[in-house]
Amino acid sequence: MTPQERTWRSQFGDALSDLTPGVALCLLILITFFLIACFAPWIAPYDEGAILTNDSFLSPNKEMRLGSDYLGRDVLSRLIFGVRVTLFLALIITFLSFFSGVSLGFLAAAFGGRVDSWMSRLNDAMLSFPALMLALIVINSLGSSFAVLVLTIAFIDMTRVYRVARALAVNIMVMDYVEAAIVRGEGKIWIVWHEVLPNALTPLAAEFGIRFTYAILFISALSFLGLGVQPPQSDLGVMVKENMQAILYGEYTTLYPAICIAFIAISMNVFVDWLLQRSSAQLPDEL
Amino acid sequence: MPGQESLALHAICDHSCIDIRPCIAPDTKGITLSLLEILVKRLLLGLATLLFVSVLVFLGTEILPGDVANAILGQGATPELIAQIRERLGLNEPLHVRYLVWLSNFVTGDFGSSLANGADIGTEINRRASNTIILAGCTALLAVPLSILLGLACAIKPGGLIDRVITSLSLALISLPDFLVAVVLVTIFAIKLRWLPAIASIRPSYEFFDWVRILILPVAGLTFTILAHMVRMTRSAVLNVLTSPAIEMAILKGVPRRRLLLRHALPNAFGPIINVVALNLAYLISGVVVIETLFNFPGLGRYMVEAVTNRDVPVVQTCAMIFCCVYVVLNMTADILSIMANPRVRYQK
Amino acid sequence: MPDPDFLLQVCNLDVSVQNKNGRKHKIVDDISFNVSPGQVIALIGESGSGKTTISLGCMGYTRPGCHISAGSVQLGDTQVLEQPLPKLQQLRGKEITYVAQSAAASFNSAMKIDAQITEIPVITGAMSRKQALEKAKQLYRALELPDPETIGTRYPHQVSGGQLQRLMAAMAMISGPRLLILDEPTTALDVTTQIEVLYSFKRLIKENDTAAIYVTHDLSLVAQVADHILVLKDGKQVEYGPTSQIISDPKHEYTKALIAAAHLMPSKISTPDISTQTPPLLQVENVTAGYGPKQQSIALRGINLSIQQGETVGVIGESGSGKTTLGRLISGLMSPKSGRIHLNGQRLKHHVSKRSRNDLKQIQFAFQMADVALNPRQRLNKILGRPMMFYRGLSQKDATNEVSRLLERVDLPTDFAWRFPPELSGGQRQRVNLARALAAQPKLIICDEITSALDTIVAQQILDLLEDLQDDLGVSYMFITHDIATVSKIADRIAVMRHGKIVTQGPVDQILTPPCHEYTNLLLNSVPEMRTDWLDEAVVERRKLMTALGDKRET
Repeated sequence: MTPQERTWRSQFGDALSDLTPGVALCLLILITFFLIACFAPWIAPYDEGAILTNDSFLSPNKEMRLGSDYLGRDVLSRLIFGVRVTLFLALIITFLSFFSGVSLGFLAAAFGGRVDSWMSRLNDAMLSFPALMLALIVINSLGSSFAVLVLTIAFIDMTRVYRVARALAVNIMVMDYVEAAIVRGEGKIWIVWHEVLPNALTPLAAEFGIRFTYAILFISALSFLGLGVQPPQSDLGVMVKENMQAILYGEYTTLYPAICIAFIAISMNVFVDWLLQRSSAQLPDEL
Repeated sequence: MPGQESLALHAICDHSCIDIRPCIAPDTKGITLSLLEILVKRLLLGLATLLFVSVLVFLGTEILPGDVANAILGQGATPELIAQIRERLGLNEPLHVRYLVWLSNFVTGDFGSSLANGADIGTEINRRASNTIILAGCTALLAVPLSILLGLACAIKPGGLIDRVITSLSLALISLPDFLVAVVLVTIFAIKLRWLPAIASIRPSYEFFDWVRILILPVAGLTFTILAHMVRMTRSAVLNVLTSPAIEMAILKGVPRRRLLLRHALPNAFGPIINVVALNLAYLISGVVVIETLFNFPGLGRYMVEAVTNRDVPVVQTCAMIFCCVYVVLNMTADILSIMANPRVRYQK
Repeated sequence: MPDPDFLLQVCNLDVSVQNKNGRKHKIVDDISFNVSPGQVIALIGESGSGKTTISLGCMGYTRPGCHISAGSVQLGDTQVLEQPLPKLQQLRGKEITYVAQSAAASFNSAMKIDAQITEIPVITGAMSRKQALEKAKQLYRALELPDPETIGTRYPHQVSGGQLQRLMAAMAMISGPRLLILDEPTTALDVTTQIEVLYSFKRLIKENDTAAIYVTHDLSLVAQVADHILVLKDGKQVEYGPTSQIISDPKHEYTKALIAAAHLMPSKISTPDISTQTPPLLQVENVTAGYGPKQQSIALRGINLSIQQGETVGVIGESGSGKTTLGRLISGLMSPKSGRIHLNGQRLKHHVSKRSRNDLKQIQFAFQMADVALNPRQRLNKILGRPMMFYRGLSQKDATNEVSRLLERVDLPTDFAWRFPPELSGGQRQRVNLARALAAQPKLIICDEITSALDTIVAQQILDLLEDLQDDLGVSYMFITHDIATVSKIADRIAVMRHGKIVTQGPVDQILTPPCHEYTNLLLNSVPEMRTDWLDEAVVERRKLMTALGDKRET
């Protein structure tokens, strides 16, 4: 074992030993949801689109663990597939927005000067749009499809990620160790990759979590408004909207998908909070 | 430590799924601007932003496929009819001319008529805007003082019982989708207990009491969605001030607790808190859209969602412009207020 | 047992801090000392020695995360640590007052200065607002602040750092406290301002017959004000006694080391053997530079400087003199407005991005703060190996071997190659910082204040290492510093900078032995001596020099 591996392993071990029971539970919930999303076709008892009964809003029973929805479909199966669609969309959106936002933000910070000031001005102008308005305008023009949804939300998210990534990188770019690399004659790309990125990893990881929950909530809100995922496809937001009527019959059908969203988002936020606190708790140790 | 500032940045502006506003810092590169210059600069920037917003709204709705003429005629479009409509709507004019005509119409209050039912948009907006203002206004009146108080309560004793309860509750709350709290509230108070109406439609005959009855649930739902953000951000803004050397000095001077908070900490936390409030009032805009739809409340938000569903372009343009203008103006006001609250800018060397 | 002769008695004070795993450890361990009325005790120690924590503990206050775990503090008849908060607040406002290290950060930026200074007597009802303002103005005059009538109507950011520091003393003195705590009150100031402020503090304490605790890391300064000295290391008491005894006859090894490393002028300045070869290694010709988009705010004017192979050139100046700018220009971090720089007779391109890799290799830069100059997420192997690979084309494997040799050369264990910088101590990091510059095998290293952030003993070790390396490798240094005492020990030639110009330069013995340039005199005059009457003389001398220099700059 090289000394390199030893430290990595011990860092990972440190992180594990710092886990509080609450955070561990949240991680477990997140992992469970991801497993459900991955293996949805094998887990779900029925096909998500199959109409199994003529009765809408059946109470939970032996055949249908969570009852039936407004068309008589199995709520549990639809929930499992809904989680899959929501998580899948949110992941693609977050990866896209992160890749573009972080690379643009870092480059703006590394090049500085005119490039930076124009990019940032443009980005600030984009930020002066309320996110929902931007989405509504685009959906009004292009209609709502997976591609439109993913690209629109990823774009909106990118402007936010850009801002955070640039702010992080600007803070790091003024550090003497970056200056040392500049006097050495290193190129911008080398500096971004070797000097800036390693120091931005923790806040970026937290930002990733924040953006991920944001994407989930955003898609769900759009779907709930009827402007996101369109039937016959469905995600958790669509399920909430479809089954609003259930409340009138005293059934909680509409709450199940909403609670799933809440569980994923809360777990992610608790985890992010822990991550941020852990990294900020390290500060006094050096003082 | 490079992380420190950025962490503060996270804590204050971004620890949540919330919009981050652009902000301009006073120019520090050797040249100090007077207060007036900074304010004028900020106002001009606000104006430029509004222009940019209008261009994007116009382009976003006009240029993209699904020409307005097609949208009006739908399936039954024949080339002749399309040409006719294009002529009537002035779609054959060059783009910049159309934009200028549209913008000047908007500024003078001529919003055109709806493509869906031909109704005058201005009248409809007039009717609905007041409803939305009442909804958002009540929410703001309730949420702002409440969240500032809760945020202060947390910040005064970080790690204490009150702080832990409120921060964990708010962490849970910010993770909930906008509609969940409202759906739960409706389930409990409208369906189970039958105390309040589940739908907030408005009749002209409504008196004050009726208004209160229908507004309680939507306002409560909206308040919850912005409250949590505001509490968390107020907390970290105030904590930031409370951990500063100036406050430590005041403690060591023997300043009593009450005076320490009110006279020393609060004036310095004023700027950040204004920003927090503005940020969240801006966030109200998307909350309003969701809550109005959920409660069938006849406001601007629902109007816009319906218009997007019907591809009613003039209505979408008008509503989007109104919402964006409110957003931009709110942000600008907050910036100006927090610039004015900064003694370093107010009294220069 | 309480003794009526003492104003303050601190007995067996322990302060503990809890780390994030819940384990406690003591940062102040079993400290006891006494202060008699009208006497000054100095707490001396390096960073992390617990000196600030102790002084705050005397006020019954601990920073977040710390708590007083044992001991007692008695002021007169009052047990400070047993008082309830309201009593403690009264005590702090009236009996024990505090002057913080950084006045700029410690004043409330949203309140006028007068309002802050008169706050406590007014709100406690000890004085009316008018009386308090009168008293404040008296204090401003006693502290020799400019415009005593109006200075208090300003906001803190409208006043200079030296003035703020004195205003903070006024704030502490206004209630007529029995005990004053001064926490490194002059450290943040420029050297020439420092003695003036120190002098006003000393007079204030004398005239009001106030007892004081003076916290500092600088032994030489403290000899001027303190009656007793308590030397601290890692939260423990090392030595405690009267000032004269500690200075003339230190018992403990650590105190001896502190005194040996104190910031004093060397008793004899050696004559360097200056050999002039042509062309010199580095020649700066008539360089002018500034900041701003068009470099309109000038930072440097007509600079001429040359550095020979194997010599050390000291560049001295206060903050704002342009010394760091000069270093940045030579290293190519900044371009001059006009003028030229030659390396080995070849004209050097201005900016880093235009210079050839070989030119870059010849000039290396060592930064002041090693903790921010080393990437905390890179192992030393990479930090030191990269320049070797970059400039000398070494393979990764060769670089790793070379890194071990280099670490040995700067007296660090070779297995440090696999550590990250935060795992090192401050002095070790500064060694790595130097080693990185050496890794390129340069002809010239620009050292920007590399010893000023270090504790005195460690700084001395770094200076020794620098000389050692020069003897071995024949490398030249450009040693940028504000500290004329340090530079007189290491430099062969000296350039003194002020307001963006070199006011005088030449071999070290010529520049520093009389007759000197007036500004050099001012700097020399600001270096403390261990005599107790030094401060009074120095202040008189300083005022003469300031008039001679025609300096209207406020202090």
